[in-house]
Order: sequence, then C-alpha cells, then structure tokens
Amino acid sequence: MNAPAPMASKGAIRIQNVDKVYLAREGAVQAVSDCSRDIRPGEFCMIVGPSGCGKTTLLNAIAGFHDITGGAIYLDSEMLCGPERPKAEPGPDRVVVFQNGALFPWKTNLDNVTFGPVVQGKMTRAEASEKARGMMADAGLAGVEHNYPGEISSGMRRRVEIVRALMNDPKVLLLDEPFRALDSLTKSVMHEALLEIYYKNKVTIFFITHDLEEAIFLGHRVAIMTTRPCKPKKLLEVDIPHPRNYSVLTSPRFRELMEETVSAVHEEAVKAFEAGEKEM
Amino acid sequence: MSAVVDSVAPQPARPRQPVLRHPVVRAFVSIALFVAFWELASRLNWPWIGQAPAPSKVLDAWMPLLNDHGYWYSWYQSSRRVLSGFLAAMLIGIPFGLAMATSRIFHDVAFPVFEILRPVPPLAWVPAAIIFWPTQELSIGFVIFLGAIFTIVLNVIGGARAIDGRFFQAARSMGSSNWDIFRRIILPGVLPSIIVGCEVGIGITWNVVVAAEMISGGGGAIQSRAGGGLGFFIWNSYIGASYPLIVVGMVSIGIAGYISSAIIRRLGILATPWLRVR
Repeated sequence: MNAPAPMASKGAIRIQNVDKVYLAREGAVQAVSDCSRDIRPGEFCMIVGPSGCGKTTLLNAIAGFHDITGGAIYLDSEMLCGPERPKAEPGPDRVVVFQNGALFPWKTNLDNVTFGPVVQGKMTRAEASEKARGMMADAGLAGVEHNYPGEISSGMRRRVEIVRALMNDPKVLLLDEPFRALDSLTKSVMHEALLEIYYKNKVTIFFITHDLEEAIFLGHRVAIMTTRPCKPKKLLEVDIPHPRNYSVLTSPRFRELMEETVSAVHEEAVKAFEAGEKEM
Repeated sequence: MSAVVDSVAPQPARPRQPVLRHPVVRAFVSIALFVAFWELASRLNWPWIGQAPAPSKVLDAWMPLLNDHGYWYSWYQSSRRVLSGFLAAMLIGIPFGLAMATSRIFHDVAFPVFEILRPVPPLAWVPAAIIFWPTQELSIGFVIFLGAIFTIVLNVIGGARAIDGRFFQAARSMGSSNWDIFRRIILPGVLPSIIVGCEVGIGITWNVVVAAEMISGGGGAIQSRAGGGLGFFIWNSYIGASYPLIVVGMVSIGIAGYISSAIIRRLGILATPWLRVR
C-alpha cells in the first residue's frame, strides 16, 4: 500500500492554551484547561476522551458555536477566536457533522446537500445539484436524491450529512461522534466510506470519539484527552500507512497501538466515572 | 443497504381487508349505533336524554329544509363568516406568533397583553364587538377571529421553540444569513405546528359561530325563517321553541366543522410531504 501523505496545503489548526470556564448551577466549571494542540493541514486527527470531558466544548469553540475564556485558536494562522474575540464566527470553512445528525427533515437529500453553496450564492441551484449528484454517487448515495432524510437508513443519512458538509469546500471537517448511534456493522462500513471520501477530498478532519478502535483505524494521530478539565494527556502517532481498509484491524501493529493506549484511556474513563460526570 | 432503493422485489398481493376493518365502514357503524341509541332513549323517555327530540323527529324537521333556499343560505353565510374570520386570524396570528418567537423583546412586550386577552371567552366579546365595529358583519367576523387567533399564535410560538438547535448551528456554519435562517429553517420547521394550530383553530371558529351570529339578528338577508347563518338558526329556533330544529342546527354545525377540519388536515398533509414518510 502506498501512502498518499496528507497533501492539503490549507486547514492547519492551532489550539493554543485554550481555557473554557462556564457557569453552571453548581458554580464555575472548568471544561477545558490549558489545552494546546497543532493539527497539520489535511490531517485526520482523532480526539479521544471520556464522555463529558470537554471534547465537544473544544469542537464548539472551533466551529464558532461557543466562546472560550482563555487562549486562542487559529486556522491557517488566522485567529478564529482569542483574547479580543472570544467567540469565532461560524463559517463554511469549518463545517460540523453532528452526533445525532442535523439534516433538515423538510428538505430532500439533494436539497440538503446543495444547501451550503446555494445560501452562500456560490452556485446556482442547477450547478449545485450537478455537483451534488456527482458527490452523492461517489458516496454510494445515487438513487436517494429525491427522498427525504426520514426515508433512508441511518448509515445513509450520515453519509448525506458528510457530503453536505464537503459541498462547502471546507478546510476543516468537524465530526462529533458521528457514528455513535450506528450499530457496529454499519459503523465498519461507514469507516471505510469515510476514508474513501477523505482520500478524494483533501480536508483536515477533527474527529471526536470515545471508541479507541475507531480512532486508531481512522486517524493519522490520536490525541487522548484527560477527563474534565480537558487537556492533552497523550498523543499517539498511528504509523499504519494510508490508504487503510478493514484488514488493518487484525494487523499486529494495530494490536500494539491498541495496547499502548488502552490503559491511558481506561485510566481517564475510571476518573470520569468516579467523578460522576454527566454527558455534555 | 437501503430499504428504499432495493425494494424492487414484486410486492405480494395485499390480503383483502374484512369489510368491518375499513375505517369509513367503522365510522358509519359508530354513527348508526349512536343514532339508534338516541332514538331508543328518546322513545322510551329515558331520563335526561329522553328530553331531546328523537332523531326521527329531527329528520322530519330537516327534510323540508333541504329544499329551503334559506337553510342553504345559512350554510353559506356561516361558512363565509367562519372562513373570513379564520383567514384574518391566520394572516395576523402567524406573523404575530413568528415575531414573538424570533424577537425576545417583542415577546416580552406583547406576550403579557396577549395572555390577559386570551382567557376572555368570545361570547364576552359580543357587546364590545357590536360597539367597536361599524357593521354587523365586521362584528361577527371579529368574534370568530378571536376564537381562532389565540390557538394559532400559541402553536406558532411553541413550534418555533421546538425547532432543534442543531439546525440553526448547521445552517449558520454553512453560511446562512438571518433571512436564510428565517426562510429555510424557521418557516418549514414551524409549519407542522401552524397546521395543528389551524386545525384546532377552525374547530373553535365553529364553536363560537352561535355567539357571533347572535349579533346578526338574522343578518338582514332572511329569505326564510332558516336564513341568517347556522348559529343564528339555532338561536332563532330556540326563541321559537322548535326543538327538533335546534338539533338540526347543531348537527349542521357539526358537519360543517368536520368538513372544514378535514380540508385543513388534507392541505396540511400536502404542505408537509416530509412528515408522511415517518
């Protein structure tokens, strides 16, 4: 297998000493503490940590849904949020694929996929539809263009949503446990589908999960985070070459990497469990 | 992989439903049983229900009316009033509700007044309506309008609040302007609730039609005793102590309400094709 190294020239994320304190009923809660991480352009970056550790807080800060209370986040050396501007402006260069999916149920799959380019005025509806059909066909979605999201399987819905995000030509794709609700068989199909989409579209991927196997199978690097407050605990370079497929899962190297990290993740999970953290 | 795409296999012939399982048949059986029970109770002079005129007597009173121009004119009059009052309630209620749902300030200013006016029954508005409006028809339309608007507004606000926050985030991150959010997220997201509000609202307009048409005193266009609107027809029959005719008026309003709700429901299904697939 020859490995196409990540070729994207844009989409570098620099997370620099980020803090996030928010006010809850029980007082100030430190969700993220002094978190720094550099993500290379075109990197498939996996973020692993226990439930409620503040991973989503980090994603929301990059996406521009929430503010941060310290530090700064840069995209290609442009400051998204920082001391002067605590909340980034949401934009089509950083599109989110949500945990439980956020396809618009009142739009057909095709109209969902063309949403971004059409509202941005970048393409006419006809141009967008043409591009969308091509991308949907590539993702195995030919034939469901005129169905509503409610009419197709959950695995297909996730793919529609990923294609919808990619239609914006984002620099970064932010995925928040996108396959969590899928059964394990569908999940394995989705992993390969996502890799295939990734190889075709050079984009930086920021992928949150708490499934270690998923993390190692997909990512160039796996950042393991501590339980709340969230900060980097361990960074794992996955030296298994891309393109990968499911045979990787049974390779000795994969097992080694799993063993190397499983204890670190487990330790944080136990801490989180004992602290009784709720889902965020 | 997909149930939709791969379902090309020939469908097995659907087994025939037993006649009694058909919903329309069930509806007729239910109505027939109700009428039979009523007839029996009335003839045996059972307590309470025996006081009501028997269905056969109601039918005797009804049949001649079917050839009476005035009776059909009452249908026309009431339908016209209900429809215009209801349309006015939609035209004002939907934007008003959307404004309250999208603007915190407008909500805080307008909602208290709205909530104080809401419990006032339409019947209580009759004297005020007569004084406020220059013509009888406007007064009637106003009372009917009041019957529908509160439900419509409350449903619009509730529907807008219930829209999933992720839809807004997704739309924002794909570069939507405020206008895009309103047009492409809020409007379609609130549409199912608007339809529910209208369905309930048009039912209420028929509820208040008797109160509203008490204003009319016959509407000035009486072709016969039965003219002037279905609500007025009931009131007039009560004054004239013709009990079977009261029931004729009641059943007529029931049928009219059923038809109008069914029409709204049907339009609602057409307007929200994505809900059919669930």
